[in-house]
Order: sequence, then C-alpha cells, then structure tokens
Amino acid sequence: MAKKGVPLSEMATADTHGEDSPYFAGWKAYDEDPYDAASNPSGVIQMGLAENQVSFDLLEDYLEQHPQEFGWGCGISSFRENALFQDYHGLQTFRRAVALFMEQIRGGRTQFDPEHIVLTAGATAANELLSFILADPGDGLLIPTPYYPGFDRDLRWRTGVNIIPVHCNSSNGFQITLRALEDACTGAESMKVRVKGFLLTNPSNPLGVAITRPILEEILDFVSQKDIHLISDEIYSGSVFSSDEFVSMAEIVEARGHEERERVHIVYSLSKDLGLPGYRVGTIYSYNDQVVTTARRMSSFTLVSSQTQKMLASMLSDKEFTKNYLRTNRERLKKRYEFVVERLSNAGIRCLRGNAGLFCWMNLGELLEEPTVEGELSLWNLILHEAKLNISPGSSCHCLEAGWFRVCFANMSQQTLEVALRRMKDFTEKMKEG
Amino acid sequence: MRVIVPLQAVVQGRGGLVLGSLIPCALFYFLQFYLRRNRPSSPPPPHSSASGSNLPELASIHRSLSRSLLSPRGSYGPARLSSRGTAVARDDDNPYYVGLKRCADDPYNRSTNPQGFLLLGLAENRLSLDIIQDWLVKNWKESVLLDDEEGELSIQGLATYQPYDGSMDLKTAVAEFMGQVMQGSVSFNPSHVVLTAGATPAVETLSFCLADPGDAFLVPSPYYPGWDRDIKWRAGVELIPVPCRSTDNFSISIAALELAYNQVKKRGMKVRAVLVSNPSNPVGSLIDRETLCGLLDFVMEKNIHLISDEIFAGSTYGSDKFVSVAEVLDAESFDKSRVHIIYGLSKDLSVPGFRVGVIYSYNENVLAAASKLARFSSISAPTQRLLISMLSDRKFIAKYLTVNRARLHDMHALFVDGLKQLGIKCASSSGGFYCWADMSMFIRPYSEKGELKLWDNLLNVAKVNVTPGSSCHCIEPGWFRCCFTTLTEKDVPTVLERIQKITKSN
Repeated sequence: MAKKGVPLSEMATADTHGEDSPYFAGWKAYDEDPYDAASNPSGVIQMGLAENQVSFDLLEDYLEQHPQEFGWGCGISSFRENALFQDYHGLQTFRRAVALFMEQIRGGRTQFDPEHIVLTAGATAANELLSFILADPGDGLLIPTPYYPGFDRDLRWRTGVNIIPVHCNSSNGFQITLRALEDACTGAESMKVRVKGFLLTNPSNPLGVAITRPILEEILDFVSQKDIHLISDEIYSGSVFSSDEFVSMAEIVEARGHEERERVHIVYSLSKDLGLPGYRVGTIYSYNDQVVTTARRMSSFTLVSSQTQKMLASMLSDKEFTKNYLRTNRERLKKRYEFVVERLSNAGIRCLRGNAGLFCWMNLGELLEEPTVEGELSLWNLILHEAKLNISPGSSCHCLEAGWFRVCFANMSQQTLEVALRRMKDFTEKMKEG
Repeated sequence: MRVIVPLQAVVQGRGGLVLGSLIPCALFYFLQFYLRRNRPSSPPPPHSSASGSNLPELASIHRSLSRSLLSPRGSYGPARLSSRGTAVARDDDNPYYVGLKRCADDPYNRSTNPQGFLLLGLAENRLSLDIIQDWLVKNWKESVLLDDEEGELSIQGLATYQPYDGSMDLKTAVAEFMGQVMQGSVSFNPSHVVLTAGATPAVETLSFCLADPGDAFLVPSPYYPGWDRDIKWRAGVELIPVPCRSTDNFSISIAALELAYNQVKKRGMKVRAVLVSNPSNPVGSLIDRETLCGLLDFVMEKNIHLISDEIFAGSTYGSDKFVSVAEVLDAESFDKSRVHIIYGLSKDLSVPGFRVGVIYSYNENVLAAASKLARFSSISAPTQRLLISMLSDRKFIAKYLTVNRARLHDMHALFVDGLKQLGIKCASSSGGFYCWADMSMFIRPYSEKGELKLWDNLLNVAKVNVTPGSSCHCIEPGWFRCCFTTLTEKDVPTVLERIQKITKSN
C-alpha cells in the first residue's frame, strides 16, 4: 500500500484499525451485493449490523406532531445562537434531556446530574476518549470476551492502550467469573502490562444478556480492590426486553460510597435505543469531577452538532413520548427476538438465552468441520457466499469457543427477516445432509 | 447518646452524667487513635474534588482497613487519570483560554449588558448570520426533513449509519463550495475530501496520519494558539515556531524555515511537515504565489509534508487576491502527494456550532487512513442534510459570500481606522476576522511580561478580551489579535473608548 514517496506515520500505515477482519469483510460483500426484496432478492442480507430500525415510525410520528423541534423551535431567531454555539459543555437543555432519558430507561431508580454529562459524537468517540484519559500507552484495559469487535480499534488504535481479554465460556452462559478476572490479571502481570481499568458492556454485545446484580457487585468489588477504573458501556440499556431485568452500574454505585463512585464511568448513546446512529450522539457520564473536566476538554475533537442538540432536546425531555417509545421499542425487540429464536430452534439451532439487544448469540458448533477458528471462518464464509447472509463470527469477538455467531435482527423489515431465517434453515438442512 | 443513659443507671448521681458523657467520648477518641495507628499507609488521595461526599468518616476507615488485606498493587491502578489525562486536566493559564473563559459568563450586549466583556478574542463571525437565517426561514422544512425520494417527512435516510467521513453528497457540496469560495480559481474533487466534526479534529486527524509522537512540525509564527492543543495533546507532535518579523509584515521566510529545520534535526527530532495558515491567523495577511512555490520546493527537498490551513479563504476583503496552494499545484508541476489542505464551515459560513471540517488531500494513503479515523468525529446526519441543501443553492451562496466579504471589509476598515486614531497601527491584512495590532508602545517593560500586563488590564479593567501575541508565539512583544466580527458598527466607539482608557494611562 505504501508507495515510495513522502512517509506517513506508523498509525496511518499499520493495520490496527482492524478493518481487515471478517467482521468488516462481510460488510464489503454486502455493500457489493445488497439484498432488496424487489430489485435484488438474491442479494446478501445484512445481519452483521446492530442497528435498530424497528421503531422509526414512533420517531416520525413525533416529528409530524412537533415539526418545529426540527427547525429551531418557533421562529428561526434562535438559529443565530445555535449556529455559533460550540461550547464543549454542550447545550444545558440537551444535557438535561439526556440525563432525564437515561433515568427513564432505568425506571427512575437512579439519578443523573446533567453537570456530569459529557457529550461526544457517538459512543465510539466516548470509549476512545475514556481510553485516552484513563490509561497511558502500553497500559491495559480488561474486557470480558466475547466483546464488540469495534473495541479493538476504538480503544487501542490512537491511544496505544492494550486490551486484556477476560475469557468467559458457555459452561455458565458466558458469565464473568472472579476466576476469569484473576487469570486475566495474572496474564497482564506476566506481560508487564499495567491494568488501569475494566470495560463492561451491559447489556452485553454480542451476547444480548443483561448482567445480573450479583455479578455487577462482584465486579465493582474487584475494581475497587485493584484500585482501577470501571467503564460501563450501557449503550443497549434501553433495549432490554423487560425493563426490570436491567441493573445499571449506576444503581450499584449509588448504594455505595463516595470513593467507589470516583472510579465509575458510564457510556451511553442514542444510536441503539433510539435508532439514531447517524445523528452521532454519545455521552460519558462520570462521577469523577476530574474525568468530567478532562473529557469535556477533549471532546473538542468530537462535538455534537448544536443543531442536533437543539433538535433532540425537546424530544428527549418529553416524558410521555419517551415513556411510550421505550415501552413500545422493548416490546417490539422482544417479539423479534422470540421470533428469531423460535425459527432458529425449528432449524435445529440453539441460541444463548438472551434478554436484551438487537441480536442473538447463536451456536453452529455442530456444523463445523473442525472446532477451530479456521473451521468457524470457513463456515462463516460458506454462510456468506451460499446462504448470502452476513453474520458475525465469534472469533472476531474474541470468543475462545469456536462455532458461536452473532445474528442481528433489528436492522431490517419483518419480511426480510423471514427471508433470512428461511435461508438459514435451508442452509443448515443442506449442511446436515451433505 | 444511647450509651449515656445506661451508664447513668450504673453510675448514679451527678457523677453519672459526667461519666456518662465522658466515657463514650473517650472511647470514641481511643477508637480513632487505635485505627489511625493501625491503618496501613493510605494510597495517595484520589484526584477528585470534594463534591457530593456526605459520608461519615467511618465508611472511609472501613475502606482503608480492607485495603490492608489486598494483594500488592504493583500491576494495577491507581485509579487516577493517565498522564495524558492529567496534562489535559491541568488548568490552562494561557491567556487565550483564560480570556475566553472570563468573557463567557458576562458577554457584552449593547442593550442588555453594556458593561459586559467585549469579545475581541473570539474569531467568530456574526456579521452575516441574518442572511443565512433568511434562507432558512424559506427553506428549512425541505432542507431538514424531506426525504428526497418520497417528498415526505422522513428521518429514515438520516437516522441510519452513514459513511464516517461524510456522505458523498455533502463532500460534493463542500468541494463545490470551496471552489466558489476561492472564486473559481481552482476546483476541488469530492473524492479527495474527508469530512470531520470541525476543523479541530481535521487538523488532529491529519497530524496522526503524518507524524509519530515526538516528531515535529515547523510552524511560522505568530500562529493560532489552538494548535498547541489540537496537535500536541494526543497526537504528541511538537510544534516548532519559526518566527516571522514585523519588518516584512510577518511574511514567511524560507531561509528561516531552513534554519529551523536544521536546528530541529540537530536536536534529534524528525520534522514531518510545515504547517501554515492562509489567510494567516492571527496576522490576516495572504501568502503570495512566490512564497507558496518556495514552500513547495522546500517540502519537496526535505521530503516532508505541507499543511495549509485555508479556513478563512472565503473571508477575504482586501485588494490582494487569495491564492490557494491548490491553485499553485494545478499550475506548476509540484508533487501533490505531500500537500494537504485544512478547511471548514465554521468561519466562511459562520456555522461553528454545526461542526463541519475538511481534510483535503491528494495522497491516497492519507485519505484512506483519515477516512477511517473520521469515525471518532463524524458530522451529524441532519446537519449534513441541511448543509447539502444550503450549499447546493449556489445562487444563495454566491450572494452570501459577496455580501459577507463587503461587511467584513467595512468592519475591518472601521475598526482599523479607529485603532489608528488611538495611535495603534495594524499589520496589513486582507482576510480573517481580526486585525493584528501593534500596541508595543503601550507596554512596559518591552517584554512578554509587559505585554501580559497590558493584556490583563485590558481584560480585567477595560473588560476587553484580546489575544496577546505571546499566546501566538510571536517573537516581538506588544502585538495583539483583535477580532472585530462579534461587533456591530455601533459597538465600535465603545470598544475604542475602553481601549483608550487603558492606553491613555500607559
């Protein structure tokens, strides 16, 4: 790639961006041959993108009833201030709205102070920012596997920080154990990597499971013991099928002391629950004043458009709307999930019992020629090119057990989903015969 | 208190009351004393301010005790900020930021707050927002909400994931805008554009692509103070000021660059690029064609990059014509792969809040890397849609650019003239939102210290915020950047009056 000529940086020429992994390769195949019911019915169906399209109509209804929200309110005079507003504190009304929304997701069981909200252009930026702020180059962040493939890039690329996997397995439903945590730490020690934090995704991506309270308590104990930071990425918190099944790290923290708070930072975004990834709205909620100040300053590199902040502030503050939206969204996701699991089950495919997210964690171990990464990737390739389905292989999520795949179900219509599941059934039947 | 009553029962009489109160107190102090002696040496206190802590001391004692039971902390924590984080958290005493902060809470408004701070330290253009506002009143519904195909209210196209480095439609619109801004002298190719959420991440992202931590850029000074953060903070690139002189209106000297390059090399650092702004921030002058060629020769000879920040290209008002480095590249046969332009809509279109920045590069590898890095700073989709609509209205844009230039010209003339009446001369400038004023005759001593004293008086006594030359790494003391685009005509006498209050006393 590097032609002879003026040299570029290491970063520009290395492949730490990780975009050569199968996770992204499948997307390319989709881009080249995307499914369309009418014009390209034999194209690739994208099941590798965790995007929520099941509740757009609710947003559009709101739009129809409140068109002014999207045009700087009544009268464009507020446009002037808005166009000039580039304060990294973010619009107060918007921060308040985000805090309110986050509280609603948690059923009012926690309180979020708008002064502790730092806005970023997406959760991708929020996670990277925290990685910059909490760890130095060469330091390590503990992350339970399987995890979101994007972390390899977002947390490591520009920051020079390492990821120390905390390996989980199917023997207990991939739950995080103290043993796994200790093993990971021992590993870090032997590599002379200083661990600075633990990053938890709750609910988990790709597992689609909300972490239970006892495990959350155990994790907070663990990070306190080791005196490290805890980042709780709760980007799917509004996508837990049953709202009382979600326990936020904020709940655990609020019950504990001041010192425990200082190490906890929550990441959230409107990309999943609200289905607005294009808007680029992410947030870091930190109980630590210094982290808030620092993150705010660094957010200069990733500010949210003032137009977008203004636009969404009223919508997110509209309690009636958000209550209805969250409830409806949860129901629809739950329905989809159950539909998917049932159909897969009819095809003889097991899934991990999940209760959240935009995807399910499916096991195709029986179809592997060999229980290895190679076997898994070869199966993945087959599914991509023969069944024309792009799903995400567990190895891209650093899952140590071969044969697990993440299947997204919320980024398409019901009809497309049915086509996809039928293809999956046909494929597995063919495989079992052959 | 509950302890006291039973004790009173035991030790009766008045003595009981005394003992009843003394003993629990004594016990309490003994407990404290015992715990303090036996508490293991506590770790350094967390770097958190005392906010919201309502906990009794007892809870913290428990924590410390538990700590003594822990495994050695060698490979973990402490849960403080990283050294990068700490550097950023440190309070910035750079006058550039101090001034901006001071003003934020008490900004001048002729009617509602006439005693407030005059924001001459912020390069923000308020002169032509009304024109944009008018366009919006007529067009916002179509431009923000409409789904092109259906003609209905829709967010479907907006809400989903977009290319991280901007939609092709916006890249096309921005490329055309850049061509319009530079008055048709050069055309820009949308596939050479990477869009970011503002010019701030644009310049940082580009720095990440061109240099490794510890490398250096040569930067003719005085230069924009923000770069010290944008480029050093996370990309870790050193900025080496290459001083320009008032004797030739702060023009860039290739000889000075050559000298600086060799000095840096001797220090064992690698120079990876020359970074210039054109029109210059803070001077406002334009780089002439000859100097641009000189720069291109220089970077070719040293095999390094040239970054040209042209963010004020559309905000020119003088008689000199703006020449983009792109124009020179087109005309001559220089190696394009080492040239990169930074641009954005914050200045020329007056919409800094919308966060639209541009990396324009001729280097495929830089584009490939930058477009991936853009994921950390993407432009919000509804804003993209609004701007595609606005920028595509080329008639409106042409009118806007013309009127805006005229207003900039008039305000510049008015302001510079006013300063002249106070005995303050400005460098010759043809672009930007500011003038570069020589107040060296009012500083005492003739040094950075004297300059900062004057800055301080202007800020805290006259409540006028200007940017001192030292923040811009100007080698000659006494120069100040004064922005005039946050003012209306009627405000100018007020500004001059306040400045005069200070200069008279000096």
